[in-house]
Amino acid sequence: MRLVRVGAGLPLLLLAVAGYFLFPEYLTLFTSLFILSVFALSYDLLQGHAGVVSLGHAVFFGTGAYTAAILARHGLEEPLLGLLAALLVSAALALVLTRIVVVGNDLTRLLVTLGVGFLVFEAANQARDLTGGADGLSDFTMGPVLGLFRFDFAGETAFFYSLAVLALVYFFLWRLAGSPFGLALRGIRENVRRMPAIGAPVRRHLATAYTISGGIAGLAGALLAQTSNFASLDMLGFERSAEVMMMATLGGTGSIPGVVLGATGLGYLKDALSAMSPKYWQLGIGIVLMLSVFVLRGGIAGAFTALLRRLRGRA
Amino acid sequence: MTAGTGTPAIEPAGTPAIETAGLTLRYGNFTAVNDVSLRVAAGARHALIGPNGAGKTSLVHALTGNVPATSGTIRLGGEDLTALPQAARVRRGLTRTFQINQLFRGLTVLENVSLAILERERKTRNFWRSATADRAVAEEAREHLAFVNLDAYAARPVHALPYGLQRLVELAIALGTKPRVLVLDEPAAGVPAAQSEAIFERIHALPRDLTLLFVEHDMGLVFRFAERITVLVQGAIMTEGTPAEIQADERVREVYLGRRGHHAAA
Repeated sequence: MRLVRVGAGLPLLLLAVAGYFLFPEYLTLFTSLFILSVFALSYDLLQGHAGVVSLGHAVFFGTGAYTAAILARHGLEEPLLGLLAALLVSAALALVLTRIVVVGNDLTRLLVTLGVGFLVFEAANQARDLTGGADGLSDFTMGPVLGLFRFDFAGETAFFYSLAVLALVYFFLWRLAGSPFGLALRGIRENVRRMPAIGAPVRRHLATAYTISGGIAGLAGALLAQTSNFASLDMLGFERSAEVMMMATLGGTGSIPGVVLGATGLGYLKDALSAMSPKYWQLGIGIVLMLSVFVLRGGIAGAFTALLRRLRGRA
Repeated sequence: MTAGTGTPAIEPAGTPAIETAGLTLRYGNFTAVNDVSLRVAAGARHALIGPNGAGKTSLVHALTGNVPATSGTIRLGGEDLTALPQAARVRRGLTRTFQINQLFRGLTVLENVSLAILERERKTRNFWRSATADRAVAEEAREHLAFVNLDAYAARPVHALPYGLQRLVELAIALGTKPRVLVLDEPAAGVPAAQSEAIFERIHALPRDLTLLFVEHDMGLVFRFAERITVLVQGAIMTEGTPAEIQADERVREVYLGRRGHHAAA
């Protein structure tokens, strides 16, 4: 597992850059896959590292998207400032919500986060002046990144902009996973009952993790709003929350490269299947999910680790 | 059953390491711990015994803060801990182990112990430095592992260890918190007799300035390793004394040693 965690970052980055040269007509798709990856990584800090589930993570994604869109509407056109604002607003919201999410067990957490998700969704739906309600927000323009790189029609700027954010988030989470704080989160995942018995402030750890996770989810949402020039209610919705859980699980929850592969894999599959059959694509997704649970235990990362072990055993 | 190995009885004197007054724990109508006033002297090897359901583990829970006490007070070296949650008590030097292993099963043996040290040193707020790069923590963790003879297993995930060795990880984690008072809830529970010897031999080798309060049901081990014994019956203290006094006590024989006494006599 350690080998997978440490060694996969650079090859993945090279793969992404190779995609730019090999499939220049798919830059928009790649961009959306990078954004999904950032979102999935943010969620997996909770599920994979701390072992805490949530069915309302899109709340932070949507908050980031709306923050970026609303600021741009009011004239803040520098994308990086929009990203920073989205990060801070989403993290602050996560910190506020921590109190009700951290208590209880997995089942109550699922229900509470689900409930919070519905509440925020409905609030955003009602606050038409701010969010545009069901129509969403599209009447804003993003300035060039750093005042230099305009968002072009081919999506080159969006591609590298999103990839850069993904790379930074990946590196940050990779450091975090190997840090004392990351070890404490794994301690919570492995045995939450023992943690207080070694003097660990469990709630504090979870609050920190939740805040960081919410902030990064907000980054992902802001990226989507900025690169697609659109913010809408579905970015806050339950389906997106459920999807991020699927991506993390498919990729191999707890493994950073695994989660990136899960997000890109599921994102691509969704795109390909819906192009193949606009009517039945969900059937395909369903089958893949079932297979991932029953056949591909431990997700893509788990399968990869098993393969490595087998190869090493043979050598 | 032999008498204590000639160890002189240590009478509680001065400020006890840990002390309870009127400690009571109720679950609904059921009184698990009933008005327990217990003094454990500094550096003691103090055993807590009693028949099944006597409330030994409940007393450990209330003492260490796993479950908040219904009433009564708990003092550690004179400081009132009653209102503090478990983690805060650990940070003041009161640590426990569990009758049934409570380990971080997916983490390595070294990580299990390191985590306790990192929490103690408040280093777990750091989310940038590498946890394994902290040499002071790694060295201390290896010392604890060497003490319980697990240094060869440091890199193994805990779940891959046999149960008997996992019991020693349980102890090593507790040592990582640097306790002043260590409460051991049946430290050798669930392991064969030969291995429980080894576990108690390690407990016996702990430094004398560490105060030990342990629950144990194997009378042979209790009389060999304890220097003072408190007998708990139905949640309340029935009597307390040296191993010799407890062995001679008719009431203890009746409620607790009766059956075993016959076996020993036979």
